[in-house]
Amino acid sequence: MSARDDILGRVRAALADVSPAVSVPAAPRVPDRGDLVALFDERVADYRAVVTRCTSDGLQEAVAAALGPARAVVPPGLGLEVAGAVVDDGLSSAELDAIDAVVTRAAVGIAETGTIVLDHQPDQGRRAISLVPDLHVCIVDASQVVADVPDAIALLDPARPLTWISGPSATSDIELDRVEGVHGPRTLHVLLVT
Amino acid sequence: MPAFPTAARAALGDTQLRRNLAHATHTIRDKRARVVAEVEDWEDLRLAGAGVKEAALRDLATHLETLEESLVRAGATVHWARDAEEACAIVASVAKSHGADEVVKVKSMATQEIGLNEALEAEGIAAWETDLAELIVQLGEDLPSHILVPAIHRNRAEVREIFQRRMGVVGRPAPGDLTDEPSVLAGAAREHLREKFLRAKVGVSGANFAVADTGTLVVVESEGNGRMCLTLPEVLVSVVGIEKVVATWDDLDPMLRLLPRSSTGERMNPYTSTWSGVTPGDGPQEVHVVLLDNGRTRALADDVGRQALRCIRCSACLNVCPVYERVGGHAYGSVYPGPIGAILNPLLNGVSDEQTASLPYASSLCGACFEVCPVRIDIPSVLVDQRAQVVDSHRGDRVPKAEAVAMKAAAWTFSDARRLGLAERASGLAGRVIGRFSRTTLPGGRTAAGRLPGPAAGWTGARDLPAPPRESFREWWARTDGGTHDDQDGSGTATKGGRS
Repeated sequence: MSARDDILGRVRAALADVSPAVSVPAAPRVPDRGDLVALFDERVADYRAVVTRCTSDGLQEAVAAALGPARAVVPPGLGLEVAGAVVDDGLSSAELDAIDAVVTRAAVGIAETGTIVLDHQPDQGRRAISLVPDLHVCIVDASQVVADVPDAIALLDPARPLTWISGPSATSDIELDRVEGVHGPRTLHVLLVT
Repeated sequence: MPAFPTAARAALGDTQLRRNLAHATHTIRDKRARVVAEVEDWEDLRLAGAGVKEAALRDLATHLETLEESLVRAGATVHWARDAEEACAIVASVAKSHGADEVVKVKSMATQEIGLNEALEAEGIAAWETDLAELIVQLGEDLPSHILVPAIHRNRAEVREIFQRRMGVVGRPAPGDLTDEPSVLAGAAREHLREKFLRAKVGVSGANFAVADTGTLVVVESEGNGRMCLTLPEVLVSVVGIEKVVATWDDLDPMLRLLPRSSTGERMNPYTSTWSGVTPGDGPQEVHVVLLDNGRTRALADDVGRQALRCIRCSACLNVCPVYERVGGHAYGSVYPGPIGAILNPLLNGVSDEQTASLPYASSLCGACFEVCPVRIDIPSVLVDQRAQVVDSHRGDRVPKAEAVAMKAAAWTFSDARRLGLAERASGLAGRVIGRFSRTTLPGGRTAAGRLPGPAAGWTGARDLPAPPRESFREWWARTDGGTHDDQDGSGTATKGGRS
């Protein structure tokens, strides 16, 4: 018998007298949190990310200020001119490792948890570009901010790869001292377009 | 591995370990309490989370078949593994088919459970752990002692020493000016692992959740090492316990609200990655999923214990457990320590082995683990049920255990008032003897016996046995006529509350 049939057979035998019907209470809704953009701003900053507010007219300038002298890679569909940036056309991991920064947009922002979700559409690019460079400048539009996790899940397409980001990478593995920046970007700079 | 009482005794003697553990468990416990208090409907969220997992388990065959279909549709290859050996062989054969002599690994309980690193090593394939704590454990040739923070038993000075001694042996050496600052140590790990991430052809992961209707796997992490392993290699193999399945994409809602808060005490962990099979042009272009049984169907058949398969490995139960806090994870002799390990190991492996059979007793049954469990696993009830299973498994023994003999003798004594009276007199005599010779005094002034000889040694080796009172209640009642006469004995124990 194949392992598959064997395991499924064992599962069925184990549950022979067990009713599959079980009531699943709905997850509670999220209470009204008022100004979601303000909460998002506060919660992202709470994760020791840098949050800067700007207008859509001032975005290009804000990106340049966030990058400083850092050389950036950008996804092909960013829709914004970034001076000196390399457009990702399938750069190798080693090539990405030689680049300082990345600029992407986002799919959703979650106010309650201070989380940014990328669904890696052309304005956000492949997963690797937001991972290997050390500085991630992420543009989030105020209209993309939702209240909490269930709202984000409802909006996102599971067929796409998704990356949920809450602050820069971090570890607490040594004596539970939190250290920002291990393998992912050590700095996360969020530009909140309002 | 030695049985729990033996291992626990050794761990209790290590004051450094107890200090490290107390600091760590209290810190995480306080953080968790703070962020849980932020959620108004936490109890309702727990009910929802428990419901999602329970519903998935009760119709597991259906969901597994759906998951397989969805994964295949999304371009993944699905394998099934009855046990550790089969699972390891599948991972090894995938790596070999790409000529890989090394793999990079995301921290995963399932791959530890099946001993994947050792199995790959036997095939000439190096498996690099990339989570910082797992790296410390692997380089230190040590064992993990906590589900979430596997190197919780190590302090910064020990970590520095391990990095200096071992990093150079397996790759980029630690920098010469390495200090014991956590940020410096994390920086050394970053440099050491970066070259491995960039060149690895094959990544290996587990999964926190597997969504049946979409074929999506979910990995929750903090450091970005998970993202590195999940996205940079050409080939990805994920070993997923069959109990990880949830029915629908929407079911992730309560789980992703419950897990980070219960686990690291954060509103959300720094990184969560989800992927469904292969995405052309992004990430691994060959994706394998190994669905692992390895005792899970055995646990599924246990009516009381089945709920343990809801576990989402948050480790909240470890951090509140008074037993774990004092003895640490190694004493449990398994990759699953603490209260959840105490029930999961017997469920997955049975109680025929002495070490596993000792685990249901590794608890004070205080119930704190149930209070914090985000999916409401009633660990105390399962422990009690398993204790009964351990006792039942010894019913046919030809030589009964000392405990069974003692219980029989007690039943015989208690069933007859005269016998009880005689036993009480003997106990009073023993109390006088112990009181005269014992060197231990308990709080309150009562004396206690030291380690007793014979079958009682096992009991008194880890506990104080208070000296029995010199006089039984019935003797006192008879002598003082129910407390109406003065206490002639002079012991001062009988007059309190009595008429004088």
